[in-house]
Amino acid sequence: MNVILLALGVLGVLGAIGSLVLYFVSKKFYVYEDPRVGQVEEVLPGANCGGCGFPGCHGMADACVKEKDASNSLGSLLCPVGGADCMAKVAGILGVEAGAAEPKLAVVRCNGNLECRPKLSTYDGVKSCAVAASTFAGETGCAFGCLGLGDCVKACTFDAIHMNPATGLPEVDEEKCVACGACAKACPKLVIEIRKKNAAKTPAVKRVWVSCINKDKGAVARKACSSACIGCGKCQKTCKFDAITVVNNVAYIDPEKCKACGMCVAECPTGAIHCTAAVQTVVEKLKAKKAADAAKAKEEAAKKAAEAAAAKAEAAKKAAEDAAAKAVDAVASKVEATKKAAEGAAAKAADVVASKVEATKKAAEGVAAKAADAVASKVEGVAAKATETAAKAAEATAKAAETAAKKVEEVATKVAETVAPKEK
Amino acid sequence: MKTFKLGGVHPAANKLSDKAPIEVAAVPVVVAIPMAQNLGAPSKAIVAKGDKVKVGTPIGEPGGFVSSFVHSSVSGTVDKVDVVEDATGKKVPAVFIKVEGDEWLENIDRSTDIKREITLTKEEIIAKVKEMGIVGMGGATFPTQVKLMPPPTAKPQCVIINAVECEPYLTSDHSLMLAHPEEICIGVQILEKAMGVKKAYIGIEANKPDAIKLMTETAKKGYPEIEVVPLQLKYPQGGEKQLINAVIGAEVPSGGLPIATGALVQNVGTAFAVYEAVQKNKPLIERVVTVTGKSVAKPSNFLARIGVPIQQLIDAAGGIPEDAGKIISGGPMMGKAMPNTNSYMVKGCSGILIMKNDDARRKEASPCIRCAKCVHACPMGLQPNFLAKYAEKNMLDKCEEERIYDCIECGSCSFSCPANRPLLDWIRQGKPKVMGILRARAAEAKAKAEAAKAAAAAK
Repeated sequence: MNVILLALGVLGVLGAIGSLVLYFVSKKFYVYEDPRVGQVEEVLPGANCGGCGFPGCHGMADACVKEKDASNSLGSLLCPVGGADCMAKVAGILGVEAGAAEPKLAVVRCNGNLECRPKLSTYDGVKSCAVAASTFAGETGCAFGCLGLGDCVKACTFDAIHMNPATGLPEVDEEKCVACGACAKACPKLVIEIRKKNAAKTPAVKRVWVSCINKDKGAVARKACSSACIGCGKCQKTCKFDAITVVNNVAYIDPEKCKACGMCVAECPTGAIHCTAAVQTVVEKLKAKKAADAAKAKEEAAKKAAEAAAAKAEAAKKAAEDAAAKAVDAVASKVEATKKAAEGAAAKAADVVASKVEATKKAAEGVAAKAADAVASKVEGVAAKATETAAKAAEATAKAAETAAKKVEEVATKVAETVAPKEK
Repeated sequence: MKTFKLGGVHPAANKLSDKAPIEVAAVPVVVAIPMAQNLGAPSKAIVAKGDKVKVGTPIGEPGGFVSSFVHSSVSGTVDKVDVVEDATGKKVPAVFIKVEGDEWLENIDRSTDIKREITLTKEEIIAKVKEMGIVGMGGATFPTQVKLMPPPTAKPQCVIINAVECEPYLTSDHSLMLAHPEEICIGVQILEKAMGVKKAYIGIEANKPDAIKLMTETAKKGYPEIEVVPLQLKYPQGGEKQLINAVIGAEVPSGGLPIATGALVQNVGTAFAVYEAVQKNKPLIERVVTVTGKSVAKPSNFLARIGVPIQQLIDAAGGIPEDAGKIISGGPMMGKAMPNTNSYMVKGCSGILIMKNDDARRKEASPCIRCAKCVHACPMGLQPNFLAKYAEKNMLDKCEEERIYDCIECGSCSFSCPANRPLLDWIRQGKPKVMGILRARAAEAKAKAEAAKAAAAAK
């Protein structure tokens, strides 16, 4: 009996000591935790997957409470497994507005597929965009566009982005993407942007974006890719909401200002601006109207042009007639003047020649006489010959003068002749 | 025969053009001289459309402390300042000049007489080297005047000339030595004067016996302080740190500068350019470039003007052969494959190699089996298998721990890997990231120290 009592007593004392120690230790090493964290954790899925970016559901709950205290909202926190419903419950517990954050999406801003952006060389290195980007400017003529090696696909943990082998470009699955930003960070060319999913208040998803980030001059960009943004600015001029800016030869649509009306899509000459299906129908209508308007305008312009052309033709005809008459008169008077001048010149020339002939004749005679004397004084036989030759020389000179005079007359007549046909 | 201690590989030398004498390349109709031809800040264009230039007219000034002058290599009229593609296809600013005749600036001495007397002082030499746009001709294009002004903690002991040319196929340094041995020696003496040292070495790999003989004889005749050191044939003997280790047996401290060992290393082409700059007043406007390849019709060494279209040089060597796979600017180990031939000759391009398709194709990579052939090959004593994996996984703290910043990117690891793993490609991703972190850390520490100083001074 004593043994039993003793045993009970010892155990009891040990138990009491143990409980005292536990009590004091629990008090000393007590970790205060916000009770809300436990409450939030209750409504989370409990999968501890880390998809939210925090260590397990406890970490997410902790983050939610901290975010609420910091910004009185849930910020961009999202449990991808629980989804919007789960976040609504969390919001309810913490007393904040759920879903205040605008749903976002990863958008690929390159539309240079294998057809419109031809490859000019072949990359033979590691199949990684980061490595390729630091090795060279790219296989195509565009040094800014998607390299197609899939770093974004590797980075995504939600199976929301995949390479399309037909186009060589990545495509985002709208249902699965949670806009965590991993693909945008992984892309070395900064092609992917996290943008607002829906610009309109409608359930139909309306979204417009410029699918190009090429900063080269328009002609260079167009040469490399037929659907590049050439920085022409037509979209900027069209936009009624001031949402488009063109900087460094490339347009950018501000997702906060854009109302997804689709007018810029219809205006873009290269097809660089892309939109969702809901906007595309509007764009088709706009394009049709534009074409119709353009056709009408063309018709009217053609009509006007025809009228103007006819009027011009009349005026031109008149002007031509007047000018012709004037020309005839001018030519006629010129012919007269030229004729007179030619005659005067011919007369002058004839006089000059005549006087020259005289002088030459006289000189020749003088020379001949001299020669005759000289020769006569020396030898009589030679003197006779000399006089003969002298006389001949005189005759020849006279003839030459005559032919000269004749030629002058011929020239004068020719001049008169050439002037006469000029009349015509 | 001397060599470096750690690692190294033995690629086939393929020195197809080592018997080809230097051929002067024709001056083209249009040249495009890029403004970024050196390590550091790119140069700024100082000419505009319509300006008349002669050979040697400065057309670009330094864009920072680590930058250099660029000079016109032709005479004519500036057509435009626009962009051209560099060897990697990236668009860079350049000055286009329409060539008219071949008129040089009057103060450039074009005679071939060898000028032996060095009349400039140490400071004047450094200023001249800067003015004449001299950069490292081995390919790194580090502005030479910056290298000639080491930090005050450095104590220069000797000059080591890098005439190793360990890259397979390239023979531009080899042909330069055979053509101008004495000018090179005078250039070395100018460098000695600039650094205030009395000893110089010229390191030449053993596969250039004619150059070793000629340089040794020339040095013996008039330049006794220059010692020609024949080196064992092993890649990358031409690496600065490996050359210092082989020639004077010193080791550059990890993360440190080579001048810490007391040795100033310069490429032999740079020494020749320094001679021409200081003795002949000639700026850096042309260089020897090897155009080669197994299927190239006429592997040659051209003396080409800066700004000459690459396509022209390839045509002069016989054009692009049928079986061409890759056209590489530089050598097969560290060169860059060009996506097209739209680029122009620059100061740092020592070779254009056209590799056959079969030789140039990368093979399929398979998993690492930890054979450590890469570790055995690494001349810096690193572990490339780990460095590549850490860099791929972006584990930058591990990269730093394994000293990725000591990697000289020689490619010996990729060359020796039996699984064809792209080791250097991944290391090249991680190295700049880690160096950026180190720089930021140093800047932060400096700022903190200065703030503490200011606070202490205020007290």
